[in-house]
Formats: sequence, structure tokens, C-alpha cells
Amino acid sequence: MSAFAFYLFAISTLAGGLFTVISRNPVHSVLWLILAFLSSAGLFVLMGAEFVAMLLIIVYVGAVAVLFLFVVMMLDIDFAALKAEMARYVPVALLIGIVILMQFAIVFGAWESSEVAASNVAQAIPVDRHNTEALGLILYDQYFLLFQLAGLILLVAMIGAIVLTLRHRSDVKRQDILAQIYRDPKTSMELKDVKPGQGL
Amino acid sequence: MISSDLAIILPEIVIAIYAMLALVGCVYTGKDALAPTLVWLTAGLFALVAIWIATSGGGTATAFGGMFIDDGFARFAKVMLLVSAAAVLVMSQDYMQRRGILKFEYPILIALAAVGMMVMVSAGDLMALYMGLELQSLALYVVASLRRDSAVSTEAGLKYFVLGALSSGLLLYGASLTYGFAGTTLFSGIIEAAGEGQTSLGLLFGLVFLSAGLAFKVSAVPFHMWTPDVYEGSPTPVTAFFATAPKVAAMGLFARLLFEAFGGVTGDWQQILAFLSVLSMFLGGIAAIGQTNIKRLMAYSSIAHMGYALMGLAAGTQFGVQAMLIYMAIYVTMNVGTFAFILSMERDGQPVTDIASLNMFSRVEPGRAFAMLILLFSLAGVPPLVGFFGKLYVLRAAYDGGLVWLAIAGVIASVIGAFYYLRIVYFMYFGEERDDTLDRGVSPVLWGFLALSAFAMVAGVVNLFGIEAAAAAAAATLVQ
Repeated sequence: MSAFAFYLFAISTLAGGLFTVISRNPVHSVLWLILAFLSSAGLFVLMGAEFVAMLLIIVYVGAVAVLFLFVVMMLDIDFAALKAEMARYVPVALLIGIVILMQFAIVFGAWESSEVAASNVAQAIPVDRHNTEALGLILYDQYFLLFQLAGLILLVAMIGAIVLTLRHRSDVKRQDILAQIYRDPKTSMELKDVKPGQGL
Repeated sequence: MISSDLAIILPEIVIAIYAMLALVGCVYTGKDALAPTLVWLTAGLFALVAIWIATSGGGTATAFGGMFIDDGFARFAKVMLLVSAAAVLVMSQDYMQRRGILKFEYPILIALAAVGMMVMVSAGDLMALYMGLELQSLALYVVASLRRDSAVSTEAGLKYFVLGALSSGLLLYGASLTYGFAGTTLFSGIIEAAGEGQTSLGLLFGLVFLSAGLAFKVSAVPFHMWTPDVYEGSPTPVTAFFATAPKVAAMGLFARLLFEAFGGVTGDWQQILAFLSVLSMFLGGIAAIGQTNIKRLMAYSSIAHMGYALMGLAAGTQFGVQAMLIYMAIYVTMNVGTFAFILSMERDGQPVTDIASLNMFSRVEPGRAFAMLILLFSLAGVPPLVGFFGKLYVLRAAYDGGLVWLAIAGVIASVIGAFYYLRIVYFMYFGEERDDTLDRGVSPVLWGFLALSAFAMVAGVVNLFGIEAAAAAAAATLVQ
């Protein structure tokens, strides 16, 4: 059963990846990408890594892929022209790709880990803990420094996005909350006693 | 356990917390009006932390299970990069304010980049290496396109970002291959795994990819393509920053990775580094000849200088690391002075980067022209100025390390490189008369850095300000 599930997810991951690259419509590309993410999440579940699987769905499908969709739909990019441009470089790219592929084939053909690698990697699987708990224990303890540094990197990304895109235009009317709060009926309203049949 | 770890990275924590407090403080109060004050505050903090690190006793300490190493080498590099970052910050304040691009985020981003650089030179783990590198790079991508209304500046930032992402990809691929070989990302574990038995192909590939990624960061040929465009497009103070502190951090990281993680396979990476070094020296020297923009010229100059610094590393010896550190210290000092001059190049209040505008500059301002002359001679490596001793050190290291051909190539490349530095001198002293000369007068800060740097190039001849002994002690902690 699990073998069947594995092949199902593996094939749909590969198919998703392939169609992401070759579909003509960029929106279809993103949809295929979502399929690839979902199938890889399935693969993670099969491996017993439920937390990573859910993370993949929430972060990649829920946020990243949707963001891609928005970008693809909102930006006016002529993908046909882009592809035609790319087609010119296909022979060179193919050549480089083949050379690199062959080099990797050599590496993995003669792959040999060091003798201590297996013992270095070996970790006792915590049986009495959930995925999330086990990950948290490592992340906040062993990898505390890296975790905090990742936070700093995100802070830099946020500052960068604001610095480079936020503009204070003077011709735009902005909400002035203080002014709104301090308004009172005396200054903002005027009562007129309109006589019938006369008008103002 | 955690408090002793935190005590070791206290300098980094101080700067990071300062950056966050400054950010919140500025957002809720004066915003950009506070920027000039913040620039001086940040520079002051850098200087204080540098003094603190320099005076905080010796010894080697590791934190977070070996991910963070605080040793003499890291301290030497940190002092160097903090001092140069402080100098560049102070130099940039006036220039950026007059161009209206001094935002309060600028010193904050530089402070966060400094944290990243300090983590880089202290990294004891492939993941810590990457985190430090990305923290530094991401801040640099942003400051490169700080002049967001200029197409050249945004192009520089974007180009830097895209190519930087590519190089990070190479680096990560190398890191994963190395992890596949060693089963650990700790440098101490990698050197142990690589030490026993012959080199595996996987480790070698990992080493090649890691070196390619780092060669991009130090802009060594053939990974240098971004340098001239980014240097030209970025605001000049940012270019000055690119040419100094991040280069020190990247070279420090390169040295630490090679000696602490791959110290057992010296023969394998010596060839790679010698190759990068010889190409950088020659391309930097030859391509700079045709440049008319002084910022592009400095970009090629920095490529060539990185070639010499890599030559020290390629020697693969303790003396080689010492030579590299001395070379970087001299390089940074020269570049601070040179960029102080470039920042002061103005005509009718507008910045000029055209080399031809320097024609007969010695008539306009003999003092500044003479200081620049000393710096250019020193950059070219003309004896008896300090720049010559830097080159002498790396050449001797290469010679002692058995790379005689590399040393000879270095001498030839330095002769070629001397041409374009001396061409600027020629323009300044014997060029043709022009009516539209550069402005007289310069802010006292820039003039101070220019004079100080030129003075150091002459006065340093006596004993290199004692940097030799410090560099030797730093190198000794890295190469056991």
C-alpha cells in the first residue's frame, strides 16, 4: 500500500515539475507547481515527517504559490516574447546542462562518504515525541544561533522592502487618526434651522 | 550553558540590539531627520566594539557546539572590518545628505551587515557560514539600490541580487555535497572526516562549489562580472563600503573555511586558489586600462587586489595567512583614502566620476592631488610605500609555499597594473589644461581621511604600525 502511495506521489511530483516548465500558460505553470508541492507533502507524510509536510502545504502552497499566481496575473509580461528570447540560448544551455549532468554522474557513480559519516549522521529517533516537539527541541537548543540569525535576515528583508518601495507622496490624502479622535460635534457639525418652504 | 555561549557572541548581540533599537526609535520619532546623528552613532559604536574586541584578552573560545568560533584570527578580522565600516559611514554622511539619499535605514542596514560579517569570520559551521553570508549580502543588495529613483542604482542592486543568489546556490550545493561526505556541517567534523584516507570525489566537488561561491563574494575572476557594474551603479559611499569591509569578511571566511574545514586536503584547494589568483591579477590589471570611470577602475583594481590576497591563501601556510591579513589591512587603508578622494570629486556641487576631469588637478588643489598621488603609488605597489610591502609579503608567501610561478606572475601583473594607477597621476600632473576644473574645497572629514590614509602609506614604512605581529598571532590561531 505504502509502495503504491509512494509511486503515486513520486509520479505526480515529477509530472508537476515537468509541466511547470513546459506549459504555455504561466497560470497553468503555477497550478502544476502547486501539484508538485502537494505531492511532495504526501511524500513527506510517507516518511513520517508530518510537520514538514504541513509546513510545505501552508507555506509553499498557501503563501508562496498564491503569491506567484498574483504576480503572474498582475504583471503584464509577454511570456511568448520571453520564451522566444530564451529559445535562442537553448543550444548553449543544453550543452552546459549536459556537461554538468555528466560531471554529476561521475561524482555519484564514484560516491564515497567518509567512514565517520554514518556515525555522524546517526541520531536516535525520539519515540515518545511528536514531530513538532522534536524539531522545536533541536531548533531552539542546538540551532539557537542559526535560528536567531535567520530572524535577523528576515528583519533585513523587511527593512529592505520598505526602504526600496515605500514612498510618502504629498498629494495623497492620508488618514489622520488623532484628528479623527479629537473631533467633536461642536466643530464638525453645524445645525441649521431650516424653515419650511424657504430653503437655505 | 547558554549564558556562557551568549557571553562569547556579546559584541554581535550588542550591535544587533543597537540596530533594532535604533530602527524602532527612528520610526517613532524623527525618521530621516535623525539619519546624520545615527550615522555618527553607528560609527562610534563600531569603533567602541572594535576597541572592545581588540582589548578583550586572547585565547580561543567556541560557542553553540562549535558553530561560532572566537579566536585571534576572528578578532583581527573583526577589528579590521569594524574600523573600516566606521570610516566609510563617517565619510558617507555629508555626501548622502546633500544628494538627499541619506535615509535612517542606511546606518541600520550597515550595522546589520556588520553583524553578518562578524558571524562570517567567526563561523565554525557551514550553516553559520551561510547565515552570516546571507545577512551581510541581503543588507548590501538593499544599500546598492538605495538611490531608488536612478535606473543605474536599481540595476546595480538587482544585478547584485540575482548573481548573488546564483552564487549562494553554488555555495549551498557545495555545502550539501560536503555534508554528504562528512555527515556533519561542523568544520571540526569535516576536517576529521577528510583527514582519514584519500580525498573523495564528493568532497572535492563540495570544495570546488564552496570555493566558487566564495570567490563570487570576493569578486575573484572568473566570478567577477558583477563587480564593475555594481561599483559604478551604487551610490559612491556604498561603493566605498563594498570595496572595504565585506571584502575583509569574505577573505576571512574563505581562509577559515579552507584551513579549518579543508586543512587536511591543502593540495587540492591550492590549485583552485592559485588559478583564481592569477586570473584575477591579470584581468584586474588589463581590463582597468581602458576605463574612463574612476569607480569602474576601482572595481577592477579591487579584483586585482583580491588576486594578490588570494595568493597569500594559495600558499597554504601560516605565513600565507599572515601575509593575506597584512595585505587586506593595507588594502582597506588605501581604499578608504582613495574613496575619500573620489567622494570629494565634484564640479559645481555635482559628483564627477570621469577620470578625464582630473586633468591638471594639481593646479587646482596641490595638497589633495599630492595625497592622492601617494595613495595611487601605494596601490600600484611602488616602493618604498606601504602598498609595496603588502605585495612583498604575499609574493614571499607564495615563493615559500612552492608556488614560484605564481609569484612571478604576480610581479608581472603588478607591473601591468601600475600603468593605470600612474595614468591618473599623469592626468593630475601633466594632463591638458581644462576650463571646467573640479571644485576647490572639501569637507574636513573627507580631507582628514584622505590625509590620514596617505600619511599611513608613508609612515607605515617604519614598522607597518605593528600590524605584522598582530597578523602573525592571528594566523597562528587559524593554522595549527
